[in-house]
Amino acid sequence: MENTPRKEYDVIIIGGGATGAGTARDCALRGLKTILAERLDFTAGATGRNHGLLHSGARYAHTDPESASECIKENIILKRIARHCVEETGGLFVTLPEDDLNYQDAFVNDCFKAGIHVDVLDPKEAVKIEPAVNPDIIGAVKVPDGSIDPFRLTTANVLDARMHGADIITYHEVIGFEKSGNSITGVRLRNHHNGEETVIHGKVTINAAGIWGHHIAKLAGVNINMYPAKGALLIFGHRVNNMVVNRCRKPGDADILVPADTISIIGTTSTRIPFDEIDHMEVTPEEVDLLLREGEKLSPALAYTRVLRAYAGVRPLVADDSDPTGRSISRGIVCLDHAKRDGLEGFITITGGKLITYRLMAEEATNLACKKLNIDKPCETAEIPLPGSEPDSKDEERRAHIIELSTEQKAAEGRHGSWTGKIESRSDSDDALVCECEQVSVAEVNYAINELHVHNLINLRRRTRLGMGTCQGELCACRGAGLLDKHDNCSDRSLKDLASFMEERWHGMYPVCWGETLCEVQFTSWLYQGVIGLGDSHL
Amino acid sequence: MDLQQQNISDNNFESCIKCTICTVYCPVTAVNPDYPGPKQAGPDGERYRLKRPFFYDEALKYCLNCKRCEVACPNNVKIGDIIQAARIKYSSHKPSLRDTMLANTDFMGSMATAMAPIVNFTLGLKPVKLILDKVMKIDDHRTFPKYSSEKFETWFRKEAAEKQEGYARKVSYFHGCYVNYNFPQLGKDLVKVLNALGIGVRLLDGEKCCGVAKIANRCIDEATRDGRQNLKAIREAVERGDDVVATSSTCCFTLRDEYPHLLKLDNHDVRDHIELATRLIYRLIDNGDVKIVFRNDYHKRVAYHVPCHMEKLGWTIYSTSLLKMIPGLEFIHLDSHCCGIAGTYGFKKENYEYSQGIGEPLFRQIKESGCDFVACDCETCKWQIEMSAGVSVLNPVSVLADAIDVEKTMLANSSPS
Repeated sequence: MENTPRKEYDVIIIGGGATGAGTARDCALRGLKTILAERLDFTAGATGRNHGLLHSGARYAHTDPESASECIKENIILKRIARHCVEETGGLFVTLPEDDLNYQDAFVNDCFKAGIHVDVLDPKEAVKIEPAVNPDIIGAVKVPDGSIDPFRLTTANVLDARMHGADIITYHEVIGFEKSGNSITGVRLRNHHNGEETVIHGKVTINAAGIWGHHIAKLAGVNINMYPAKGALLIFGHRVNNMVVNRCRKPGDADILVPADTISIIGTTSTRIPFDEIDHMEVTPEEVDLLLREGEKLSPALAYTRVLRAYAGVRPLVADDSDPTGRSISRGIVCLDHAKRDGLEGFITITGGKLITYRLMAEEATNLACKKLNIDKPCETAEIPLPGSEPDSKDEERRAHIIELSTEQKAAEGRHGSWTGKIESRSDSDDALVCECEQVSVAEVNYAINELHVHNLINLRRRTRLGMGTCQGELCACRGAGLLDKHDNCSDRSLKDLASFMEERWHGMYPVCWGETLCEVQFTSWLYQGVIGLGDSHL
Repeated sequence: MDLQQQNISDNNFESCIKCTICTVYCPVTAVNPDYPGPKQAGPDGERYRLKRPFFYDEALKYCLNCKRCEVACPNNVKIGDIIQAARIKYSSHKPSLRDTMLANTDFMGSMATAMAPIVNFTLGLKPVKLILDKVMKIDDHRTFPKYSSEKFETWFRKEAAEKQEGYARKVSYFHGCYVNYNFPQLGKDLVKVLNALGIGVRLLDGEKCCGVAKIANRCIDEATRDGRQNLKAIREAVERGDDVVATSSTCCFTLRDEYPHLLKLDNHDVRDHIELATRLIYRLIDNGDVKIVFRNDYHKRVAYHVPCHMEKLGWTIYSTSLLKMIPGLEFIHLDSHCCGIAGTYGFKKENYEYSQGIGEPLFRQIKESGCDFVACDCETCKWQIEMSAGVSVLNPVSVLADAIDVEKTMLANSSPS
């Protein structure tokens, strides 16, 4: 599926997060010869480690009106072009007894100015429409927040880029740049699987590597003042709430509870960390404590709901170029034309921003690339639906038929949208479940392996939700490894893959390992160490 | 970490550690590939249903509600309750006329006993069975339990009620629909045994059907109404100092556990006063409160079958210990295995094949056992086993009634010890 890259491109995009994938899509739609290179896997960085919140912009209405109006515009666009990645849950901004109710008035006013439609509710009414919310709230405002699945969103952008001729390669790390005078003419890549190095040439290179873009810029010989800010989050075992619940105050720690697919996520914290930690972040007991303590104020049910795991992502904060001290941080999108800024031709950095503004970021970067390439084609990504979200003429018919589907078929529809038909089930064994918690069938796994750039179990998890459920891989990891092995034919690699997958699951469970999660971990270790004999030697 | 000291919610499905032992013990999973199994139908499915009711899977109707999954669960997850509650909450299919008729065992019973000979004759006719099969989807292999021409309650008032007041100690009897409309003999047997032991029997004031068939067929409002009335009657009995006994393991289980779990009826004040007659009798004998003397000419080879709800109650030991007390009774303990009928489940045409498939190993074991009859605390198991294994089935209370030496027992209990 992954073609051997050609040697000449119009655009080289570095980074397989939402921004990189969105940029690849935009470039491909505008007819540019495009390649995207990702160091590891899609969504392996901040894209796969955030809240999954489809911001209405309300959160920024007071502090950052510009971001707020970007958010609400993109919110409306994504609900149209990425239907199968978005859930229109609606959201609440609630005022707790300890918070100032006056903030709510200013907040509503700011939302109005930013063009965000909000409704002030009677707190009792709010508790009725979202029973999980703290019943003691003294104020509530309804906003058009929702949730968005970053894995699905990125995959859909990759698929569309590919359909429009882009080459996409994962596990290829940029280790250097090709230069000619003051111009970047290509990148040197190392294949993580076999260590081979290749050079590809491109007229424009776009650095969309998030916080890792800091390092990429250095390799290119320019400096961007970036600060990694860690945000920790907790995942609860099931849907506690069905609407996004925010705290109506100046943005702070642990004040958003998002219903995401089968689970709920509380977050987040914000801590500056040194660059050498960005690839191995640990969630500390203090962070877990803070998230639970503050989270329970939003929704008391969190006090007795099983915590599945903890994780942390890194926000790429960028220091404002206009401030030489580096203290003033740019909010919003940062699109740097290094020709203008540093005299380095053929190099663009797109960073800052938020998951919800990924498309706008891609548009800005692509506009700049087109300008450099003298191509005059308008951006169409706000109008053309992503693969899986195409309007369905047989919508009614499908709904009628879906009543008779099993839970796993319905779950697959949710994950792949109108592309679910590409999951071919030829026999009963294709219908068998691999991941029982998240209802992933053999056929869906095979589809992902064949079509969605899957090399290992972690890739498979991001494409299908395999191993993301309550048992965290206990039942499905070995089955998934078996299916991957059929394609791969290397049992040694499969065993190593299985061990590193289980290790990765454990890493997220460790910070919240008490109660039922502890039982689960113990049982999992009996199975994988005791029965299967998986051990340190496989890592 | 002081937070989250008790991270167990009412949604106790979170305690599921996915060991899947429930699915291994599920009688339906073994025979019906369309059933997702208790783990998936219960805790796994619940997460999706909480996301959106849209994810409800109609295949949950295949659940027998046998609760063997709950017995097997090492972490005390109420798997069967989760599945039944989901059916009640999410199923979009309304109960059909057939389901309503099967569910209303008391209404159908009181209509049928009035014309018992005609009803029994008619229900046995081939053409009628064929119509029931084709129109109502009640499988024509099934034999309907015969209706009695005199209700147990009628017999009791005429023949027994007056005498009961003479006993110092009394219990109240929840006879259930089966004893009342189909098989009053079992009720008469209980009165015989308890009276011999020196215990009087009273009826509850205004007993209704326990509701198990209504719950299974999702006639929840009716079941809840009946449940309230039953709890009222049980409270009155408990207040006058009676314990409440049943001869049906399923009625007993429903009153004790399904009321609070599925109908949300609070019974905690009287729950401990509701028990099976065999448990009461065993306890009294074991405590030395009463003595029982058996005939010495009783010779039977008896195989005991454990009904699913008996397994869930955990009370098998009382019935089997009592049977083992009978000299001349050769006891065979059958493997604990669902017979497949599950109340009204096996009557439905779409379930017939699975129902028989589930019970097959049990029927085989019974046929090979060479027993004179099967003893069992559940009436619907009785229908299934009698039809499928060709061996008659008696409630342990009826076995006691046959084996007891009434005069010697009365004598033993009247003399001061």
